[in-house]
Amino acid sequence: MAVKDYLRQRFFPQIWCAGCGHGIVMGGMIRAIEQLGLDKNEVVLVSGIGCSSRVAGYLDFHTMHTLHGRALAFASGVKLGRPHLKVIAPMGDGDALAIGGNHLIHAARRNIDVTAIIMNNSIYGMTGGQTSPLTPFTKRGTTAVFGTIDHCFDIAQLAKGAGASFVARTTTYHAKEMIKMIHDAINHKGFSLVEVMSQCPTYYGRKNDLGAAVDMMKGFRDGTVRKGSKKLEEHPEFVERGVLVNEARPEYVSSYMDLIEKLRGERENLEQGAASR
Amino acid sequence: MKTNIKFIQGNEVFAKAALYAGVQFYAGYPITPSTEIAEILSEVLPKRGGKFIQMEDEIASICAIIGASLTGLKAMTATSGPGFSLMQEAIGYAVMTEVPLVVVNVQRGGPSTGMPTSVAQGDVMQARWGTQGDHSIITLTASNLREAFNMTVEAFNLAETFRTPVILLFDEVLAHMREKIIIPGPGEIEVVKRLRTSVPKGTNYHPYLTREDGRLPMSDFGGVHRYNVTGLVHDMWGFPSTDPKVAYDLLHHLVDKLENHAELLARYKKYYTEDAEILLVSYGSSTRSALHMIEARRKRGLKIGLLELQTLWPFPRQTVRRECDGRSHVLVVEMNMGQICQEVKKAVSEPDKVFLANRIDGIFISPVDILRALNMIQGKGV
Amino acid sequence: MEEKKEVIINREWCKGCGICVAFCPKKVLDLDDEEKACWVNPEKCINCGLCELRCPDVAIELE
Repeated sequence: MAVKDYLRQRFFPQIWCAGCGHGIVMGGMIRAIEQLGLDKNEVVLVSGIGCSSRVAGYLDFHTMHTLHGRALAFASGVKLGRPHLKVIAPMGDGDALAIGGNHLIHAARRNIDVTAIIMNNSIYGMTGGQTSPLTPFTKRGTTAVFGTIDHCFDIAQLAKGAGASFVARTTTYHAKEMIKMIHDAINHKGFSLVEVMSQCPTYYGRKNDLGAAVDMMKGFRDGTVRKGSKKLEEHPEFVERGVLVNEARPEYVSSYMDLIEKLRGERENLEQGAASR
Repeated sequence: MKTNIKFIQGNEVFAKAALYAGVQFYAGYPITPSTEIAEILSEVLPKRGGKFIQMEDEIASICAIIGASLTGLKAMTATSGPGFSLMQEAIGYAVMTEVPLVVVNVQRGGPSTGMPTSVAQGDVMQARWGTQGDHSIITLTASNLREAFNMTVEAFNLAETFRTPVILLFDEVLAHMREKIIIPGPGEIEVVKRLRTSVPKGTNYHPYLTREDGRLPMSDFGGVHRYNVTGLVHDMWGFPSTDPKVAYDLLHHLVDKLENHAELLARYKKYYTEDAEILLVSYGSSTRSALHMIEARRKRGLKIGLLELQTLWPFPRQTVRRECDGRSHVLVVEMNMGQICQEVKKAVSEPDKVFLANRIDGIFISPVDILRALNMIQGKGV
Repeated sequence: MEEKKEVIINREWCKGCGICVAFCPKKVLDLDDEEKACWVNPEKCINCGLCELRCPDVAIELE
């Protein structure tokens, strides 16, 4: 199928600002799902609130646009409810790491088979450019006009520490790499997280004199290195890209289905959920 | 023959009733005095092929059951005041997205952490107005465990029928007391199945297009119809809309679908009301003391009766008005500072005749407490 | 040899951000007077598809 066949085309052109990286991430998600050959009816997108959350409404899957930060909690209910579904949660950095931080670490800890795609643009875009937990130290936002004295999270390290069994990081510049990572994340059995560094030229770029979308993407190109690169020794300020965690660990829903099987003495066709359709 | 007579705790009854009603998914977070519900279902649900998950907090719990309900499962959670506060945001989401689910709130003393092991009925208004914006909601309660069983099954039935969250507002006394109960056999109480769309694959399905009979058939996530669910004002396809007409119609639909059926939804019981000059109005466990007091006074010739409300929201205004009007006094018995008393005053023709008998100190209201209040309003002194 | 694909630009959806233009390895794209992306040097195009992958507006297709 063509990329367009996955879109709810009547809502296009989309709402995002010119040059916003979120559209590139959405494109990456579509291509990854297309490559996996998933049936549209097998895919559920659960988003939270913010610019990133709009992805859900644009794509022709089962889609939920939920509450700020709560996407992974809703997604956990969907996944445990119907284990055969592929559940993907497109989220923003404020969405996933501030208000949704608790749900993120616990989804990771449980190792529930949900894929979190975090579009990290280091700012709250929808509300007009306030600093987020991913705004780097000294960078500016409308709530930190003198530069933030908050320190930011390292999403990958946080997810790893919390127990995520697949963690990857890339940028909107590295579009091919991103598609592969999202593809592998969805395929991974367990909690998977892909952080995509995404540009917000309208707020983050403007507040921090980073130029237009193109300049910000050049920044991703020049400021990141592949995992294990020797450049990292000379330039520790460079951000590492790549699959940073990829482990096989017992997955929550599978463990639960094993428990049911053990208690009932048979593996029922519960993959379709207990309800008749 | 296996007997179904049990002497069991309230929380166990709520759990058994939920299973009777067909609950398939439970997500929750431990909190006194509701925790036993989670403990029981964590053990029983997997044995029946159902799902139990202990979430990281009450916010996540209710979000998870909304997700599960959309996949077609009957879903519930249980909590108490502080957890109920955390759930309000997502209760609003369930109201807006019309997702059937059941929330048990075993009330305890508040506000805040209050008195975790003491009884109270202070969450009546929170059940009604805890989430923001104009909306309507169904809230049921009961005063004994047999009725609590029935109301729990009813809660699931109404959630499915009206596509709405239903709150079961129990309290610490009811949850922790033990009582003899005969568990109904299969088929004894009607269990409503989810209404699913008959629209075939490939034909447009509108998740928010009301049928002529007022109902909205659902389609499970993972099924053949793909649609959008959002907490934003949305059109009949479930997509966000800023059209004033869409907003107006949606808000009216959400409120009217319940408020227009307030009398149909009214569940109540009458005791000795026929000749009663004085009428007590109560609900939940405080009804027990009210009834005890009435039966004692009746023996002394006092013409006194009781209206027990089992549906608190939508408030059964007409029923209350019909039952209260013409009495010399109406005494509302509850364990809060008059949350239902105010509603009764609003409903009746002569609000000056409506009085409150209450306790708010964590001690269960006794028949003597009610009698004292009655004597006071009759000018007999304390 | 495989036939060369055409770069189709959906002018309704293009917001003129210039990402495709800036990162095209063969400089075959440009923005026109209306600030819409335009395939100006088709003969130099190597069909790498990077413009399509990086377009935030899903406005570019190689067909």
